[in-house]
Amino acid sequence: MAGKSEALQDLSVAYVMQPVAAADWLIIAPVIWCILVGALLLMLRKRTDLQPLIAIPALALLVLMTLGLLVHVFQSGTLSMTMGRWLPPFGISFTVDLLGAFFAATSALVALGAGIYGRSDVDDTGRRYGFYPFLMLIMAGILGAFLTGDIFNLYVWFEVLLISSFGLLVLGSERKQLDGAVKYAFLNLIATTLFLVATGYLYGLFGTLNMADIAIRASELRGTAPLMTLVTLFLLAFAMKAAAFPVNFWLPASYHTPRLVVSALFAGLLTKVGIYALLRILGMLFPFEREELSFLIAIAAALTMILGVMGALAQNDIRRSLGFLVISGIGVMMAGLALGSPAGLSGAILYAAHSMVVMTALYFAAGVAARLGGSFELTSAGGLYAKNAAIAAMTLMLFLSVAGLPPFSGFWPKIMLVKASLDIGAWWLAGSILVTGLLTTITVGRIWALAYWRPAVHEDQGAAALGPLPAGATIALAGLVAITVAAGVWPEPVMALAQDAARGLLDPSAYVLSVFPVEASQ
Amino acid sequence: MEPILAMLVGALFTVAIYLFLSKHVIRILMGAAILGNAVNLLIFTAGRVTREVPPIIPGDADALTGAAANPLPQALILTAIVISFSFFAFLLVLGYRAFQELETDSSDDMRVAEPVGDKTPPAGY
Repeated sequence: MAGKSEALQDLSVAYVMQPVAAADWLIIAPVIWCILVGALLLMLRKRTDLQPLIAIPALALLVLMTLGLLVHVFQSGTLSMTMGRWLPPFGISFTVDLLGAFFAATSALVALGAGIYGRSDVDDTGRRYGFYPFLMLIMAGILGAFLTGDIFNLYVWFEVLLISSFGLLVLGSERKQLDGAVKYAFLNLIATTLFLVATGYLYGLFGTLNMADIAIRASELRGTAPLMTLVTLFLLAFAMKAAAFPVNFWLPASYHTPRLVVSALFAGLLTKVGIYALLRILGMLFPFEREELSFLIAIAAALTMILGVMGALAQNDIRRSLGFLVISGIGVMMAGLALGSPAGLSGAILYAAHSMVVMTALYFAAGVAARLGGSFELTSAGGLYAKNAAIAAMTLMLFLSVAGLPPFSGFWPKIMLVKASLDIGAWWLAGSILVTGLLTTITVGRIWALAYWRPAVHEDQGAAALGPLPAGATIALAGLVAITVAAGVWPEPVMALAQDAARGLLDPSAYVLSVFPVEASQ
Repeated sequence: MEPILAMLVGALFTVAIYLFLSKHVIRILMGAAILGNAVNLLIFTAGRVTREVPPIIPGDADALTGAAANPLPQALILTAIVISFSFFAFLLVLGYRAFQELETDSSDDMRVAEPVGDKTPPAGY
């Protein structure tokens, strides 16, 4: 009996014994906060007047939390917290490095914009269907995916954000939405199932799901285990989530069908979670396999960006055009992943953050344009500059930013990626980034010339408009425009951040050390 | 035991992919159900199959003494079952609502969101 009680007292073989520092609770706080507020809003589903009043301050607090987390990670390095105090790899770890914290902070800003914009865009019916609860829960899924350090947990967060996105997509159950949702739902289900298949194989090979543990063991297993098969499966699954060619067809089928604020949120955040997972798993855990696959990824990247922007060029509906521009941007990020150098990865990270803000803002701008001019169609839109010059100017800034022209935020990551491609002699990859930039300029230039600069096509245009422009829409649009201008004019801080994040991916020793402090120091 | 299970997993994947290639939503739904089960069985097999030895640590030891069944795959599968079940429920309703609204079960005819012969953008200013 003495032996037994002694064994029970020695808890340090199974438990993390140090209490979690108060500041470290920031690691898990954003996710818990989103779920709690989401649950509260679900209970208040019928109080449509109260919902935005709770959700918008809650999202503002979320922005503060994620910014606080970013500052904390920046100051004290990668942070880790293991659930239930079980020693990793047995407990599920949340591990936050600069990449995760950077993406989390950017996505929280975008969500705040969506919350504010949604106040005017989503009517009482939409709120009763649960726009705000779904918004909080999809943020829980997105932030969980950015902050977790466990692959199966990553899968679970993917599913959380996917099921919330289904809810947002069919908000209102119109014919168009159901049509788009069928394609979106089935293809995304296949993508996450592929992710689960890969996770099953990964567990079979490694016997662990903790990312830091995998990073340690990958080099030992490289000679014997079929890691290429595994990594190719991960690549296919996440490329499908990120909407890379040739597995991108769910995106143009569905992104223009839901309410505008939902399209904006999806365009900003969902595909980037796929890019994040690619960076994390291919970039950090399996760099050798990524190197082997780099030519394939580069070809997929070039095709994604060129075919994406050509799709955008062929659309009459502004929202459909923007959907194709999302795909084109994914190609640019994939190019950075294919390069795999510090410059390439940091370019991809910076482009992803830029794309989160700018794609969301572009959809907001399209919504504002439709409110002013009454149409999303290029054939019938016109005269927006005459109607509201400030909105037209902000939209022009966004257009230049998405095309990658200075002095806006799209310029710097593209410069980094073009230079990184030329450094290794991949002139064709640099060329496709530049050609994509040119074609994007033509696409958005035409939208601006037709919908904004051209005089109104019909005399009665504007009568069909949905009343005066709500303040919330203007504030959300102006806030995101301010971010892209600030990041374009003063790029050093974000560039340094992206470069540090890329270094953390290429050398995961800090990541491993934060999860296994004892083993690494031995 | 593992080779037999592996072959069964392969057969289930084949059936699921065959059903996914159909253009009828109802068949794709069945494919989704079978695919979920195929993956669960795959995770179960990947965790190694051990017979009749529960992973219980005896009272006088603080670690497992011999080989025992791996409890983790069951936890993973349980999570995956819950998720795939809820997804399947959602997809069933979605498929039914789409059938009601669009009056078709064939994905070839679902062209409301992307109509055939959509207007092209104006070629001139």
